[in-house]
Amino acid sequence: MSSATHWTPKPPRPAPVHTVGVRGWIRTNLFATPSDTLLTLVAMAVLYLTIDTLVHWAYIDATFSGANRDACLKAVQGACWPFVDAKLGQFIYGRYPELERWRVDLVFASGVIGLIPLLIPAAPFKRANVIYLLGFFPVFAFIMLTGGRFGLEPVETTDWGGLLVTLVVAITGIVASLPLGILLALGRRSQMPIVRSLCIGFIEIFRGVPLITVLFMASVMLPLFLPDGVNFDKLMRCLIGVALFSSAYMAEVVRGGLQAIPKGQYEAAAALGLGYWKSMRLIILPQALKLVIPGIVNTFIGLFKDTTLVLIVGLFDLLGIVQFHFTDASWATPETHITGYAFAAFVFWVFCFAMSRYSIFMENRLSTERD
Amino acid sequence: MSRRDVVLQFLMLVLLGLGLSWLVSNVTGNLERQNIASGFGFLNERAGFGISQTLIEYTEDDTYQRVLIIGLLNTLLVSVIGIVLASVLGFVIGVARLSSNWLISKIAMVYIEIFRNVPLLLQIMFWYFGVLRNLPSPRRAIEIGDSAFLSNRGIVLPGFTMLEGAGWYVAALAISLTAWFVMRRRAHKKFLTTGTPQSYWRVLALGAGTMFAIAYAMAGFPFAADVPALRGFNFRGGVNIIPEFAALLLALSLYTAAFISEIVRSGIVSVGQGQREAAAALGLSNNTTLRLVIIPQAMRVIIPPLTSQYLNLTKNSSLAVAIAYPDIVSVFAGTTLTQIGQAVEIIFITMMVYLSLSLLTSWAMNSYNKRIALVGQNA
Amino acid sequence: MKKLVEMCVQRVALVFAVCVSTLNFSFAAGETLAVVQERGYVKCGVSQGLPGFSNPDDRGNWNGIDVDLCRAVAAAVFGSDENVKFTPLSAKERFTALQSGEVDLLARNTTWSMHRDTALGVDFTGVNYYDGQGFMVLAELGIKSALELDGASLCTNLGTTTELNAADYFRTNGMTYEIVAFEKADEAVSAYNAGRCDAYTTDQSALYAQRLKLTDPKAHIVLPEIISKEPLGPVVRQGDDQWGDIVQWSHHAMVNAEELGVSSANIEAMKTSKNPNIRRLLGLDGTFGDNMGIPNDWSYHIIRTVGNYAETFERNVGKDTPLGIARGVNALWKDGGLQYAPPIR
Repeated sequence: MSSATHWTPKPPRPAPVHTVGVRGWIRTNLFATPSDTLLTLVAMAVLYLTIDTLVHWAYIDATFSGANRDACLKAVQGACWPFVDAKLGQFIYGRYPELERWRVDLVFASGVIGLIPLLIPAAPFKRANVIYLLGFFPVFAFIMLTGGRFGLEPVETTDWGGLLVTLVVAITGIVASLPLGILLALGRRSQMPIVRSLCIGFIEIFRGVPLITVLFMASVMLPLFLPDGVNFDKLMRCLIGVALFSSAYMAEVVRGGLQAIPKGQYEAAAALGLGYWKSMRLIILPQALKLVIPGIVNTFIGLFKDTTLVLIVGLFDLLGIVQFHFTDASWATPETHITGYAFAAFVFWVFCFAMSRYSIFMENRLSTERD
Repeated sequence: MSRRDVVLQFLMLVLLGLGLSWLVSNVTGNLERQNIASGFGFLNERAGFGISQTLIEYTEDDTYQRVLIIGLLNTLLVSVIGIVLASVLGFVIGVARLSSNWLISKIAMVYIEIFRNVPLLLQIMFWYFGVLRNLPSPRRAIEIGDSAFLSNRGIVLPGFTMLEGAGWYVAALAISLTAWFVMRRRAHKKFLTTGTPQSYWRVLALGAGTMFAIAYAMAGFPFAADVPALRGFNFRGGVNIIPEFAALLLALSLYTAAFISEIVRSGIVSVGQGQREAAAALGLSNNTTLRLVIIPQAMRVIIPPLTSQYLNLTKNSSLAVAIAYPDIVSVFAGTTLTQIGQAVEIIFITMMVYLSLSLLTSWAMNSYNKRIALVGQNA
Repeated sequence: MKKLVEMCVQRVALVFAVCVSTLNFSFAAGETLAVVQERGYVKCGVSQGLPGFSNPDDRGNWNGIDVDLCRAVAAAVFGSDENVKFTPLSAKERFTALQSGEVDLLARNTTWSMHRDTALGVDFTGVNYYDGQGFMVLAELGIKSALELDGASLCTNLGTTTELNAADYFRTNGMTYEIVAFEKADEAVSAYNAGRCDAYTTDQSALYAQRLKLTDPKAHIVLPEIISKEPLGPVVRQGDDQWGDIVQWSHHAMVNAEELGVSSANIEAMKTSKNPNIRRLLGLDGTFGDNMGIPNDWSYHIIRTVGNYAETFERNVGKDTPLGIARGVNALWKDGGLQYAPPIR
């Protein structure tokens, strides 16, 4: 073969002008057809109106400094941000005594220090990290927050409030519901009919009723179920209610993971001579839990949003304390409510959005690991 | 089952029995010692308080039993309308999310990310306490059209009252609707066997027209317009949508729609690309492809998670208690509980009602799911 | 990951341990006093924030006429009004909290009614404020009487006697109304403030108190009509007469002190008084404290720390407070009011 016959293709012609570059992109993505064009124009108009109103309210017409409501009572009224500024301490700590707030800060900080390396898959010392977060941290947080030991001033839980209560309820809920949920999920798939039906009954009852009735039960009914003279803290009762409620949801998430484990794994574990608990602990659960991390995070997001319900039974979580401060006459303006709600919504949104992004990140990571 | 398992289960049963009897003895002991009344006798006592929205007749002389029913009906009302609104909105946004139009798709995404990441209770309170206070008083109500008014007392719409003889019209409507249903079914069956589309509209219009003509001949026009008018403090007459209902409905629908749209999106994505290409090869238009090819198949993926969203919406309607919408939690587990003081009985009844609602909804959706699954296999 | 499961097991044990550690064992029936003394403080159920009655400031210090009663009980038992902790309760929870022993007494502007006294397992020990239900409306409506409220929307708190009274009043007078009942008082006030209702109805004292929370308090007036009797008083568990006596006589001691002219300002001087009534009141004669199982100078400490009834009234709800309520029916019997305490003898 002589090289003279070697065929070289012509270089490809450039794409038509109207499909490349900014113009091409706009054309294909915004104005592809007449109806598309119409939609785009309508959407643009809606978008303009929304953003314009928002920017005016939150920035241009808003008040940024002031000592009381007088600053916010202007002709054109926007957000009354000094209200949030003045009440920020209350929104974060509630009525926690000002001199003791460093204890809450310390707990927040030590929690974050434990959490961040745990969330980064590449970070080392996972095991020590888990022991720190699940073993040491809860005890530390409990002692620091309630006080009464090691010379710390005792602080009643009725004085807790704001973001502190939101986080305490949410984190206790998730940490307590995980083991309970695993047990319930195992029970639901058990060979023993009585165990199975008990677990199904528990799960379905708690999934069938609204959280608010569970909280009512915890706040007005539970005390009657305890023996004469035994009672505990309202916050603790709500925590129990929330934990039982979310463990039912957690059980269903974990069950999904258990069902996804191929039968061969169970059989292999049995062939190795492992007993039920050993095979669960060493073979099945580690795989199943890993599979459902996104589901667990989603349950946590739901739980985090549901913590607001405790305000109905009279605890002051973030939303509850914001709501409570609306009654402060020195900040009563037509915009106080919307400003307060906007602030609370933003805080909740940041937490939930971050968690949902994390869940997507884990999902992607896990699905590549599986390939 | 090994002997160990049997013993284990037996032990569990015994423990459970002991635990339950311990709880029961605590309750009865507590109630008896403290002389708290018990039993369900209170259901027949006179309630004596007013309720702001009642679907069936109610006066203060009615019993707590009726209060329970009224609360339940109010819960159902807001749930059913909420489910319909949330589904429609959710489908629209779900489809918009997949739109080839970049702007529409991004707006849908922003909507989803905002509404599903903010607690529902906060959204309810925002619509109620935040928006309500910016509406005018009834005297300065915003007029919509000629006879509908928007104020901080809600929305009043004109209604009509049926006079004597209206039954003829009701009958005519019922017959026409039944006829439409039957004809549609028949036409579809015939279409499946012959392949030619069947038109039945002309016959139907003729029949319905005759029915209403007969009704008119028999009864004339037995309706009276009920136009709301401002008298004293509030509007009287017409149909009043109270702000509590409006705020709750709005928040529930917007919140749930965000979740439904994600379900719809993943359902549509789950239908293979080949199906689209096949539809395009058959010459089906985009709309027809969506309606006849994509959605029916996507439904099978959509239905199970959709069911749990419907259940969530129904359960979430209990947050009504925060804004005084008279649902079952508010009038029964709220007012009735505090008037009577029998927490155990009242919370028990409330939970049972929600449990039955959940089971009923799951059952209904499961049977629907079965039906569309079968259709899929036949086709 | 493998270890996670082990962690979970540890975690269950920990949660359990935490639960157990917060269990408070106390024994009600007949032994409330012993339990309180053992614990070192009185647990008092109060409202979630009602100015003048029980209201926390930004630092969490409670004050109000109901709070003062709790302090008086603490002073009677411990000689100091500091030995008390307050538990804010909603209208719905209050009786359960008392029944279950979560609080030792309830001083939560609670109306004494027969149903509550007989069917809820609780006992009312007296009346520390005679109240009645009233209405608040916008002044610009030009309404002078509650009888002009036909067709009005009413905001109120869910699950109170208020709801029933309003229903009765409007029916008796042949008027229609729409009731909007909120779980919490703050929400009801918020909704009224937003214009959802034409009138806000609750106990008249609370109307004055809640008016302070409105955007423009001066724009609202309280109508003259009182449509019900609302005797507000402290509540204890049924079946513990000793504890009931202590709460009852703590209130009576303050009323008697006012009648005898003893106040926190002059109490040390009064110790030298020859008046046998005053000597008995201050525990100098007789064994009244001993009889109730508390120190004999119980009432001396009440007056020393909290003051007499007039002092607590004027300090919390009286003319010079933002509430500005006149003594009215809450004046002493000899001044034409209803406050009348049995003699200490």
